[in-house]
Amino acid sequence: MTQKITINLNGADVTAEVEPRLLLVHFIREVANLTGTHIGCDTTSCGACSVVLDGKAVKSCTLFAVQADGRRIMTVEGLVTGGQLHPIQEGFHEKHGLQCGFCTPGMMMTSYAFLQNHAHASEEEIRWAISGNLCRCTGYVNIVEAIKYADAKLHAPAAGGA
Amino acid sequence: MGVAHGMGHSVKRKEDARFLRGRGNYIDDIKLPGMLWLDIVRSPLAHAKIVNINKEKALATPGVAAVITGADLVPYKLEWMPTLMSDRQMVLPVDTVMYYAQEVAAVIATSRYAAADGVAAVEVDYEPLEPVLDPKKALLPDSPVIRFDREEKSNRIWHWEAGDRQGTDAAFKGSDVVVAEDIYIPRIHVASIETCGCVASWDPMEGHLTLYMTTQAPHAIRTVVALVTGHLGLHEHKIRVVSPDIGGGFGGKVPVYPGYVLAVAASVLTGKPVKWIEDRSENLQADSFARDYHIHAELAAQKDGKLNALRMGVVADHGAFDSAANPSKFPAGLFSICTGSYDIKTAFTEVDGVYTNKPPGGIAYRCSFRVTEAVHAVERMMDVLAQKLKMDPADLRALNFIRPEQFPYKSAFGWEYDSGNYQGALDKAKQIIGYDDLRKEQAEKRARGELMGIGLSTFTEIVGAGPSHTFDILGIKMFDSAEIRVHPTGRVIARFGTKSQGQGHETTYAQIIAQELGIPEEHIAVEEGDTDTAPYGLGTYASRSTPTAGAAGAMAARKIREKARKIAAHLLEANEADLEWETGKFFVKGVPSRSKTIQEIAFAAYTNHPQGMEAGLEAVDYYDPPNLTFPFGAYICVVDIDRGTGEVKIHRFVAVDDCGNIINPMIVDGQIHGGLTMGMAPALLEEIVYDENGVNLTGTFMDYLLPTAMETPKWELDKTTTPSPHHPFGAKGVGESATVGAPPAIANAVVDALSHLGVTNMDIPLTPQKVWAVLKEKGAAL
Repeated sequence: MTQKITINLNGADVTAEVEPRLLLVHFIREVANLTGTHIGCDTTSCGACSVVLDGKAVKSCTLFAVQADGRRIMTVEGLVTGGQLHPIQEGFHEKHGLQCGFCTPGMMMTSYAFLQNHAHASEEEIRWAISGNLCRCTGYVNIVEAIKYADAKLHAPAAGGA
Repeated sequence: MGVAHGMGHSVKRKEDARFLRGRGNYIDDIKLPGMLWLDIVRSPLAHAKIVNINKEKALATPGVAAVITGADLVPYKLEWMPTLMSDRQMVLPVDTVMYYAQEVAAVIATSRYAAADGVAAVEVDYEPLEPVLDPKKALLPDSPVIRFDREEKSNRIWHWEAGDRQGTDAAFKGSDVVVAEDIYIPRIHVASIETCGCVASWDPMEGHLTLYMTTQAPHAIRTVVALVTGHLGLHEHKIRVVSPDIGGGFGGKVPVYPGYVLAVAASVLTGKPVKWIEDRSENLQADSFARDYHIHAELAAQKDGKLNALRMGVVADHGAFDSAANPSKFPAGLFSICTGSYDIKTAFTEVDGVYTNKPPGGIAYRCSFRVTEAVHAVERMMDVLAQKLKMDPADLRALNFIRPEQFPYKSAFGWEYDSGNYQGALDKAKQIIGYDDLRKEQAEKRARGELMGIGLSTFTEIVGAGPSHTFDILGIKMFDSAEIRVHPTGRVIARFGTKSQGQGHETTYAQIIAQELGIPEEHIAVEEGDTDTAPYGLGTYASRSTPTAGAAGAMAARKIREKARKIAAHLLEANEADLEWETGKFFVKGVPSRSKTIQEIAFAAYTNHPQGMEAGLEAVDYYDPPNLTFPFGAYICVVDIDRGTGEVKIHRFVAVDDCGNIINPMIVDGQIHGGLTMGMAPALLEEIVYDENGVNLTGTFMDYLLPTAMETPKWELDKTTTPSPHHPFGAKGVGESATVGAPPAIANAVVDALSHLGVTNMDIPLTPQKVWAVLKEKGAAL
């Protein structure tokens, strides 16, 4: 038994016949072939599969694809616009916020959603925001710095203001 | 033209470009036409006879193509595979399972989901056997012997000893003070965020195998596959191993796991590419573990604190098969670094390796083989001795350090330490953290009933495996390699025998070449991980990449520079001896305007080289290091303990590291941040726990706790620089120092906080439950 669903992925509709048990992360990776979203634990613990669903960061290993039918999802592949890195990507590069790169897409998507709703966040707030995303390489120090970098760039006072 | 940024520059990483865009190419991203999926049936029991395996329902499941059992492998002699430790390991059991979650059968199907359906439909009847779980009891004469296949009817795998037994006994008898503790360093798991997996692709027409695999050592794997399957007609020139982007290794991606072998067998059987990807529970329950060392440690000293002797005995739980990823010539790896940074003239150690009904253990967890165990024991014991002598642990260390003028220093176990300045690092750490003031603060807090502890760790590492007199893999010496090709336009491709798992080799190796040849690092492409193109090497682990392959890169570049000198002499119509090198160009002594850049020379190497000289500007180097390197550090940790909950909070942590000359300070700091966090993890959180039946109780990230950003403190880093005298550019390696050095600093801080209550030792992980139980026992719990 399959079901026809359409999910808007990074602005483009992807339609497919899927089994109801298909996990969202497998839809993203294997149906839509967007392999930037990773799988690290299967228990909603590590956050490597984090994507932004209708503006909120979610763990795509713990949702079925059918639950996202008709909704909008942004993955790491959607961060670049007009060939330009998003400030969060820039921050991870400038501050050495990644090593093996495996947790990085999920970490950036969680940060992206967080910075949509938070400006000039404190260190404590940032650490809390990414506490559902595990990184085994960096010790988080530079990830926090990367998010601060993006925060400053995204929420800089407009030119001529203040 | 760009600028060459060689040693000491925080060059931003080249590899980031693809990772930031979600364009990394990890194992599960590889998708080949017609590919099948493999999933594994695992044992629910730790020790059992297999009575029957019924495949029928699985084979009738939609999408299932085949089911493979141990019996199916027997005609091909593939049911066992050899290990690095001259033992053997089951690929699939024929009649007896040896540990919980062991591979019992493989299901091959047209999709990931169909394979999982097939696994659920395989019916296995077991007859339970008594599991042997406690390694000390396993050595008793009445213990069941679990390895039915060995001639020797004992659970003892080997006994190994080093040092001077009689001399040490005598030194202990003649000492004023002796301290002893039992220290258990529990089983832990590297748990890289990417699990293990592979895609095996057998081409029956060409008789060729391509194996994409999460491996830290692709060349060694190719040789192993050839040795295991040679009798089936698969030889090394027909095997290509590709290690794609690796989502963290830390030692867990060194071994060969049964899943890899099964994927190869399944691809040969079906004639189609086969993918196997572990899930997290399989990874935590069945892949190789680290540590699991039961140590009895003793120190003997004069009453002024001067050390006389050290003695350590260990029972090492290796699980059901000795498949430790230990390429040293010693079964306990480098455990004999246990005299640490101290001038101890007499020492003895003995280790017994033991079989139990647990998954095979004995890989490293971001360290060289058994170095962390050794360092933990000696650093813990220095504090035990200081407590006994009522000395400040910093003063006791200062009294016993190997002094800078003693290098090269021969340890009681025979290691030749290359260079060090241990007091210098400790002085710097004490100054940064304000050690004397902290001791005052501690006394004040103690008077108020608050629990604050200060812990030191002044460790030495031993890395860079390794010199061929001490290391080999199946007899292959542990050199590593670099091949550099300078193209006519001065652009470079460089290939290495190692494999980055996040260490940033694409950037740092380019910087080494930039340093040696003056070619901008952005003009240098670095490749690793494909055995069809990279020169033979032994891979990345044990902090060996910079000490071995990095050294090979420098040596190959120097060979190129020597050829470049000849070409420059020809172009400048000068004598070779009259030419001087300045980054990126040769010039005639005293006439700097008469010069040729490396780019001009590169072009001439293909267009206008001297008669009789071969064209081209390339070199290969296989570097067998003359010695190991000995990075070191001084760490000071300050903890506060909550008397109500037993929670340990790291209040400050200062890490002064010395890894010799540094290629890229940004990357080195990143390695130390990560290493400290992976050192804190087993000190406070992580432990693999089994129940009385041998069932793993910590098989998910909900039970096996990795540090999050909330528990991880803001590390404070600094450096001293003591170059290695024998490495081509004075580097020592750094990837694992912090993982080795951090746990005893944290444990020492916790014991220090409780020392006035009479606590002398506590085993890691120092979880709130464990600490609270001690507080309760001592009447200090709120």
